Amino acid sequence: MADQQVSASILSDPALQLGAFEPMKSELRVQTLTRPSLSYWQDAWQRLKANKRAILSLYIIIAMLLFTLLGPMVWRVDPAEQDLLQVSSAPGAERSAIIVAPYSAWGILEAPKSADMQSNQAPAHSDTLAPSEAANITGLQLAETATTQQVRLEWQSMAGAADFAVYRNLVKPTGPGTFGLPLGTTGSGEVRRYEDLLDLRPGRFFYSVVAMDTTGGELPQSITLQVKVVNAITLEEAADRQLIKPGETRELGSQVNFALHPMGTDYLGRDMLARLMQGARVSLFIGIAAPVLFVLFGIVYGSVAGFIGGRADQLMMRFADFVVALPFLLFMILFKIAFGIGPGESGIIPLIVAMVILLWPATARLVRGQILQVREEAYVNAARLLGAKTGYLVLRHMIPNTMGVILVTLTFAIPSAIFTEAFLSFIGMGVAAPTASWGSMSNDGIKSMLTHPHELFFPALMISITVLAFNLLGDGLRDALDAKMRSRE
Amino acid sequence: MLSYTLKRLIQGLITVWFIATATFLAMHAVPGDPLSGAKAMTPEIRQNLEEKYGLDKPMSEQYLIYMGNLARGDLGISFTQKNREVNDIIREHFPVSATLGIMAVVFAGLGGTLFGALTALYRNKWPDTVIMIVVILGISVPSFVFAAFAQLAMVKINGAIGFSLLPVAGWGSVSHIIMPALVLGLGTMAYLTRLMRSSMLEIISSDYIRTANAKGLPPTRIFLKHEMRNAVMPVVTVLGPAIAAITTGSFVVELVFAIPGLGRYFVQAVQQLDYTVIMGTTVFFGAFLVLMVILVDLLYGFIDPRVRVS
Repeated sequence: MADQQVSASILSDPALQLGAFEPMKSELRVQTLTRPSLSYWQDAWQRLKANKRAILSLYIIIAMLLFTLLGPMVWRVDPAEQDLLQVSSAPGAERSAIIVAPYSAWGILEAPKSADMQSNQAPAHSDTLAPSEAANITGLQLAETATTQQVRLEWQSMAGAADFAVYRNLVKPTGPGTFGLPLGTTGSGEVRRYEDLLDLRPGRFFYSVVAMDTTGGELPQSITLQVKVVNAITLEEAADRQLIKPGETRELGSQVNFALHPMGTDYLGRDMLARLMQGARVSLFIGIAAPVLFVLFGIVYGSVAGFIGGRADQLMMRFADFVVALPFLLFMILFKIAFGIGPGESGIIPLIVAMVILLWPATARLVRGQILQVREEAYVNAARLLGAKTGYLVLRHMIPNTMGVILVTLTFAIPSAIFTEAFLSFIGMGVAAPTASWGSMSNDGIKSMLTHPHELFFPALMISITVLAFNLLGDGLRDALDAKMRSRE
Repeated sequence: MLSYTLKRLIQGLITVWFIATATFLAMHAVPGDPLSGAKAMTPEIRQNLEEKYGLDKPMSEQYLIYMGNLARGDLGISFTQKNREVNDIIREHFPVSATLGIMAVVFAGLGGTLFGALTALYRNKWPDTVIMIVVILGISVPSFVFAAFAQLAMVKINGAIGFSLLPVAGWGSVSHIIMPALVLGLGTMAYLTRLMRSSMLEIISSDYIRTANAKGLPPTRIFLKHEMRNAVMPVVTVLGPAIAAITTGSFVVELVFAIPGLGRYFVQAVQQLDYTVIMGTTVFFGAFLVLMVILVDLLYGFIDPRVRVS
């Protein structure tokens, strides 16, 4: 407008005729912007996109969120349901089973069919031989197919052994003392068979039978048999567990498949994949909700302190210092218990509340520092001179200009919150029992670490990947958002 | 210097008082009391016990009595362990936690400084890459997972070599300390390495290092006197909070390695709501941490003369 008025008044000046002017032939090209100008956030986003590690981490985090939010829709297995047929089974464990008749006793106590068995063993000699020589064991074999229902062994021996001890091992025995788990004794030298019902699992086992003398000492005679134990299920149970269609009958000995558990099951036979999804929801919810809340509180507290300044600021910051000095994990436990968990509750909310109460001061300090810095900037003074009110200053200038630092703090606070939850659940002070979290699953898994490592491995892997992704994303964000904090690489 | 130390000590005392008060309030907010966990008792017995422990008095009075005792250094008698003084419990179990914690801090501090300096000197070469991968692992893997896998590995190693290289769990000898201290310090070491690396990179590119090089000073002298001494500053600053994190965080490691430290006692006491043990351990830990932070701040003054001036 002003330009037009000026030019109009110049043109109306009679002393200046239009013809007196010639358009200037410019040799200098006027500097023009060839690209659209970028806002702070657009610039930051471009920088972040250039950082491959950070973008990969972002994808991992999105994948984790999809895993926990959409996973249960795809993998419809109840995480609380116990599959007692497959307890602590590793991923990829044998799933096929044969259908067997219901268990019936083998009649272990009835007199052995000794007449025909001993007749071909020439018992006449046994009186003349020393027991240690006579007690040779031969022909250890399975009386019927070895299944998880029972393993039935029978063998032959000359008279002379007072008793037989039966052992089971996972590895091939190399001599006396390496037979493995003692299962029991037959109770008599006349009984030459044994039925193993103890905690049977599918797989390869080595059964050993050792002859014993009258005093209960073991004789050097022994025999070992490699046995492949297969899963077994009765027809009735298979129907019960919906492994075969209702009404369908199968012959004994035919095969069925147990339910599929891609990541195995835990010590109570619960599906690991479903529990990991449920655990992800708990761990990520706590890991994200708690930092968001305490960062928000920290922002409010810090900006109020920073803006008011003076004695009130001093007092508020002193209080923040006190809270920082509280021994963190001890108070975490104490507060969490003080808020109480009712019966049937998961204990997630007390955990979050305790974290918010204890962790806000770091953000508050940071925001206060930023506010004090921004408050002195020229543009804030300019806005104030133009009559901007305090609320406008805070919302329009202070908070947006501290947002970068706050976002970085938040990204680093998330992995440490996930860690804290995992620690507390690990020592049994986190979420309450039926609820799964990665920490509580690790706690369950560590007890059977030596025999079933997958129960510890999967939840530990999930924690590590998530924490790693958030840390790398935080690094990337810091580099992208804050030139001063940019790590020198 | 003296007045500064005095001022810090007084501030520390106020902090300890604040910790004690916060603990007292939080503890009494927990539903139930130490006597409700025990077996059923008649109202008369309960009343007698309440009188004996002073639980029948109003809370404000209990608070004043406790604070009075605390000022005299008396932390009271445990509720759940007959006639055992909290002072005795701390005297017996704190040295265990402290030994473990100090070893872990020493390991984290030395390792962090050394590895951080190495990564900066060999920037973008293989030592840098290898150490940074270990650092990333140390930051991302929870210590209980490390503890579990370290145990597992040690079981295999001991089995493979046929004798016990390091004990898998327990407490009592020097060899018992090594593995838990390494596991406990690893997270902090990773953090310190990163800190040291960025600090060292900044120092290396500064003017006075160029001057020192131009003067022809021997590289080791430049490294030790000029680079290390300046680069280690930020590490020293966070050492106070690091000690805090390690000593209070030690009970996870204590649990996995079956170490009879104070942390385990605390978890037990919280479950049984043993008021005096909870108060005693928290106040003691709090006081210990406050003292550590003050000591580190004073130490900082010795390393960096500029701090003393201001």
